[in-house]
Amino acid sequence: MKLRNGLPLLGGFLGALAAGSTWADYRWNFPDPATPLAADTLHVHNLFMLIITVIFVAVFAIMAYSMFVHRKSRGHEPATFTGPRSRVQWLWALVPFAILLFIDYIIFGIPAYHAVLTDADSRNGAQMVVKVTGLQWKWQYEYPEEGIKFVSAMSTPREQINNQAPKGENYLLEVDNPLVIPVGKKIRFITTSTDVIHSWWVPAFGVKRDAVPGFLREFWVRVDRPGVYRGQCAELCGKDHAFMPVVVHAVPEAEYLQWVGAQKTAMTAQADSAGREWTQAELMEKGKAVYEANCASCHQPGGEGIPGAFPALAGNKMMKAPALDPAGRLVRGGHLDRVMNGAPNTAMTAYKDVLNDAEIAAVVTYERNALGNKTGDLVQPAQVKALRGSKT
Amino acid sequence: MSHDTPHDALPTGMKRWLYTTNHKDIGTMYLVFALIMLLTGGAMILAVRAELFQPGLQLMQPDLFNQLITLHGLVMVFGAAMPAATGLANWMLPMMLGAPDMALPRLNNWSFWILPPAALLLVTPFILGLAGVGTGAVDTGWTMYAPLSIQTGWGMDFAIFSVHMLGASSILASINVIVTILNMRAPGMTLMKMPMFAWGFLMTATLLIIIMPVLAGGVTMVLMDRHFGTHFFNAAGGGDPVLWEHIFWFMGHPEVYVLLLPIAGAIPHVLSAFARKPIYGYKAQVYSLWAITFLSVVVWAHHMFTSGMSVGGQLYFMYSTMLISLPLAVLFFCWIATLWRGAMSFEAPMLFALGFVTLFGWGGLTGLVLADAAADAQYHNAYFLVAHFHYALYPTTVMGVMAAVYFWLPKWTGHMYNERLAKVHFWVAFVGMNLTFLPQFFVGLAGMPRRIPDYALQFAEFNMLSSVGSLILGVSHLIFIYVVIQCVRGGAKAESRAWEGANGLEWTLSSPPPYHSFDVQPVVR
Repeated sequence: MKLRNGLPLLGGFLGALAAGSTWADYRWNFPDPATPLAADTLHVHNLFMLIITVIFVAVFAIMAYSMFVHRKSRGHEPATFTGPRSRVQWLWALVPFAILLFIDYIIFGIPAYHAVLTDADSRNGAQMVVKVTGLQWKWQYEYPEEGIKFVSAMSTPREQINNQAPKGENYLLEVDNPLVIPVGKKIRFITTSTDVIHSWWVPAFGVKRDAVPGFLREFWVRVDRPGVYRGQCAELCGKDHAFMPVVVHAVPEAEYLQWVGAQKTAMTAQADSAGREWTQAELMEKGKAVYEANCASCHQPGGEGIPGAFPALAGNKMMKAPALDPAGRLVRGGHLDRVMNGAPNTAMTAYKDVLNDAEIAAVVTYERNALGNKTGDLVQPAQVKALRGSKT
Repeated sequence: MSHDTPHDALPTGMKRWLYTTNHKDIGTMYLVFALIMLLTGGAMILAVRAELFQPGLQLMQPDLFNQLITLHGLVMVFGAAMPAATGLANWMLPMMLGAPDMALPRLNNWSFWILPPAALLLVTPFILGLAGVGTGAVDTGWTMYAPLSIQTGWGMDFAIFSVHMLGASSILASINVIVTILNMRAPGMTLMKMPMFAWGFLMTATLLIIIMPVLAGGVTMVLMDRHFGTHFFNAAGGGDPVLWEHIFWFMGHPEVYVLLLPIAGAIPHVLSAFARKPIYGYKAQVYSLWAITFLSVVVWAHHMFTSGMSVGGQLYFMYSTMLISLPLAVLFFCWIATLWRGAMSFEAPMLFALGFVTLFGWGGLTGLVLADAAADAQYHNAYFLVAHFHYALYPTTVMGVMAAVYFWLPKWTGHMYNERLAKVHFWVAFVGMNLTFLPQFFVGLAGMPRRIPDYALQFAEFNMLSSVGSLILGVSHLIFIYVVIQCVRGGAKAESRAWEGANGLEWTLSSPPPYHSFDVQPVVR
């Protein structure tokens, strides 16, 4: 634990208590801070835990003393005073409050003032921007300067959650596509959401910021040492709130640039593939993967849905109606419209900004030709691409 | 007016309870209702703790889990804690003030009888959901944050109407309390001679009249957004989801003090009785209650530091929140000074009162840490917060109420309760409470968010401890029920002044007291 001064710390004290027990590597305090903000918070926290523990022990030691000495069974005669009577007693009565005010507004208040200002300063000297979008129940990360955008969803298999398989080391705190950021750079994060309020939290960074639909919120992070940092959504956001982890890989600058390069190459390949004609088999294969990653948690792996909460896709009316009209335009309220633009006031997210053309085409094709449906329709990535930018 | 034959005229059976306008009958109904709700909310959270005993989903899926935690919160706050305090007020205020009954007896009947249908409305969708009808109860957490509360199923609509009714009930009861306290005091009992309990409840009633209409308006806006196409909380239509948070916490934060103040009023009576020494700093305590009441309505947004607030907003809500520590410290100082150099004995009411002072002390101190707007990011919505507010609320709304109930039970029933069992009740509750909530501080620091049905492996041991603790805590309430039933049925005869050190008008009445407390007004001093 790296600390800024030599104060005896409650965390360390409790850690020492725990050492040697079977819980030796158990956490009794915040994770080791990875950012200046987290270090600051840990410092304030330790100091304050110490102060309130001292207050608590001191106050209740007085009470315990009184309970022991001033008891009827020891023949103690009750006094009759109901308030301070002399100048000395008034002094005794007022001193605790002076101390309390000093703790509140000086010991506590001044560092808190600076911390609030530091915390809020996400723009000055920011070297890059990452946009975080919460959606039920995954995170989308976007690097506007690089044009990179991807979705990060939990990768823990359902079998582990349902106790049908042994749980892995990072159970529930692992994702398919982690956020990758360079160490040592001040990064301005912008949060928003497409559906309900989420909250992006990585304890080692000392930040937690709500993702509010329709609004932008911000915070900043400067990670001091490389590593893998884990956290999760901290605002109840519906059914799978518990299964919305955050994983951040903080890597050295060179490695980060390499990663950015690889992402760009992959995106170019994807963009190219969107332009060509896909076969049904290709679409179905990709569609199955997209479905399982994005749709199955509500509509269920077999497409049967959850009655009353999430509609079944198997035999859904929408599947029988065409996805596109003969001129290639969206059918309002139709299948492709719902996938791309979502359904208002429901958990159905607008996927047009979440999935790319090929993924949308594939998943729609898959849903229309699997899960008990057999329309024979194919939707091509090029058709989806053509719809983008057109009026919805 | 004559009360020659009150008992002959009483209807019997169900009608007696349905039609009663008597403060004691209504007080009893409030207390029984609160106890039923305590057990309901407790059973719900025991199911939750059972699910959290181990990582993985064993007993329930997340949708059911979310319903249980939501109902637990709403049932405990609106069903158990508030009616328990109102029950105490109904029983005690006329007896403590020297009045025959509450000022508005019919209103009193009405304010109680709104409650059971409201509670039924809240839990009906849950039961229907279990039976496979509909989507289940409200599952948004008791904070009902929009837009989640707009997206969710029709359990939310039931919750909205339930909140309307609970709000109406609280407002009616509050009006009754205020009118009673201001008009029905015995001659000579000036406001500054009034019992502390009356002061505590007067402040609570005032707060309720300020805040409940705001919540009722807020949930109506949610209802409008859900069904009538308005966009109060929908950014796409020009609304703002954070507006709901402001409305909710404008009610939600004072609500904490609504729960605290009646207990802060009752506890000095208990401490003073068992220390055999007058209340210390009466005036200071009254002024502190005023200060808390005022401050509580101007600090709400400290619940929302992570929602993204301006620097000015953060600083204001941080510093104003810290200010509450001052009047609270005055109360603690006076409570302990009341004990100081007394002649204490430790019967069950005293044990519960001391348990309240100690545990609520820790709840309050941890709240001071949470006020730091910057550090709050780490505590907020983590289990640290859950542990903090349970250290504030359990000692208050359960232990504090238990202290008051044991204190006045001999007066109400005319019998002394089983002291030995009551002490066992206290110690089981004390151990269970700490074992449940102490580990939650640590698991919160380690990074476990609240309201999750399943968690990462590093949180396992603390959760297991907490679940074991909750079971012990649950059992403690069964002991309580046994003691109360035993005491109602019989036991050593209680004297008018059931406790050696007890003071106040209620102890001048027989135990049990006459049906109409004071037919002739007593004169104070």
